[in-house]
Amino acid sequence: MKTTVAYYPGCSAHGFSVDYEKSTQAVCGALGIRLNDIPDWNCCGSTPAHAVDTELSAALCVRNLDNAVKADANELLTPCPSCLSNLRHAAKRMEDPRFRARVDELLDNPAPAVFPEVISVMQGIARRFDANALAERVKKPLKPLRLATYYGCLMSRPAEIMDFGDPENPTLMESMLTACGAEVVDFPLKTVCCGASFGIPERAVTARLSGRILALAADMRADALVVACPLCQMNLDLRQKQAEHAADAIFAMPVLYFTQAMGLALGVPPGRLGIEKLRVNANGLIDKIEAAASGSTAPVEGSRP
Amino acid sequence: MNDAIVITQRDTVFMKDVDAQSSQKVSACYQCGNCTAGCPASFVYDMQANQIMRGVQLGLKEAVLNCRSLWMCLSCSTCSLRCPNSIDVAAVMETLRHMARRQNRITVPNVEKFWHSFLDTVRVCGRTYEIGVMALYILRSLRVFTDLDLAPEVLKKNKLPFMPHVVQNGGAAAIGRIMRRYKERAEREGVRP
Repeated sequence: MKTTVAYYPGCSAHGFSVDYEKSTQAVCGALGIRLNDIPDWNCCGSTPAHAVDTELSAALCVRNLDNAVKADANELLTPCPSCLSNLRHAAKRMEDPRFRARVDELLDNPAPAVFPEVISVMQGIARRFDANALAERVKKPLKPLRLATYYGCLMSRPAEIMDFGDPENPTLMESMLTACGAEVVDFPLKTVCCGASFGIPERAVTARLSGRILALAADMRADALVVACPLCQMNLDLRQKQAEHAADAIFAMPVLYFTQAMGLALGVPPGRLGIEKLRVNANGLIDKIEAAASGSTAPVEGSRP
Repeated sequence: MNDAIVITQRDTVFMKDVDAQSSQKVSACYQCGNCTAGCPASFVYDMQANQIMRGVQLGLKEAVLNCRSLWMCLSCSTCSLRCPNSIDVAAVMETLRHMARRQNRITVPNVEKFWHSFLDTVRVCGRTYEIGVMALYILRSLRVFTDLDLAPEVLKKNKLPFMPHVVQNGGAAAIGRIMRRYKERAEREGVRP
């Protein structure tokens, strides 16, 4: 069967994770993966909708799945793990006829019988390009970089819904970054919660949990944390000062989206990857990659901000 | 929690209700404590995850539905993954939170205020509108200085658009209808929307 892809950017793509969106588009463009937005997509409801009511959450998700079906899509890609989790949960819960009937009551028209498969952009890339295929396309190896991968909670859990490998030790991002030439550390907190959506109502929780992740990455001498989730990225990067304040420490740890790291390796200009949007400056990483790519052996001292 | 329990305070159908609504079997819990050991939010819980499970088994409905932990759960589902009896503890927590909310037991109001602020922007625009969420949350919670420290960085990086992205071609109105039907049904069924 021919795979027709639809793309669900998620709300944060047009807001605080505009850099994730930019770099996702750039990387998929460089790899020849076409991303056509689901027509008139809406918010998946994120945590607030399912925390309040799972039927409401499913109704918001199903409208998107329905629009994807109408666009003849049989594979749906989304960069955001929270959107991914909600869309996959909704599709699973709709298998229960009683649940489906309750959700249909909320919708303008009943949900379609079959939904497209929803996977992350990361899996979408991996399905089309294995490690060797990616390595062949690398123009500027990430060789000088020591990276820690951080997946967050939702990408791999619950395992039976997300189907993303080992729910506490996923390794897909490591494979991709290794293919891009990077040294990847074995990061024990890669699926331990960053504090999620409590940044606003319960800041102390998020500051403490994010601080633990940042402190370990710093202890393991990582040059950067590499993430796949807009909310994790915001907690670890934009809120890094809050975490530093809570931990009484300085981390100065750049937090890149995996698409930004991949984009650099594929030779996409940093300006097209939204690197300048990161709160913790990552220019030192770019300098290292450039220096290595141009064959310079000069030490890049003090490049970390 | 482990002290003598007043028999008359036990709700004998509570566990059955929780089992039915969460599709779990809470009676399978034998108190190994793995859920609590792995919980990243345990340090702000007033009742630990394993205590909540025991509370459900014992029918301690008041204690369980009024506890702060239901609202502080991060939904990371580490507990579910590590349960040796395959109980989806996170699903039980979510079910308990739904039960508490429907009965207007809002133990941590600011968390719920944040959710409502978020959903209000979705109802109007069809998508999240971040500045709107913040503004509504500040109005509701009266926490005027929420994240004020982030404002200079956010403005400098131009990360938050001032204008909302409204779903076109009637999409925003369609979401408004979903939200309205949800609210009307909740009111019909006598539960907090």
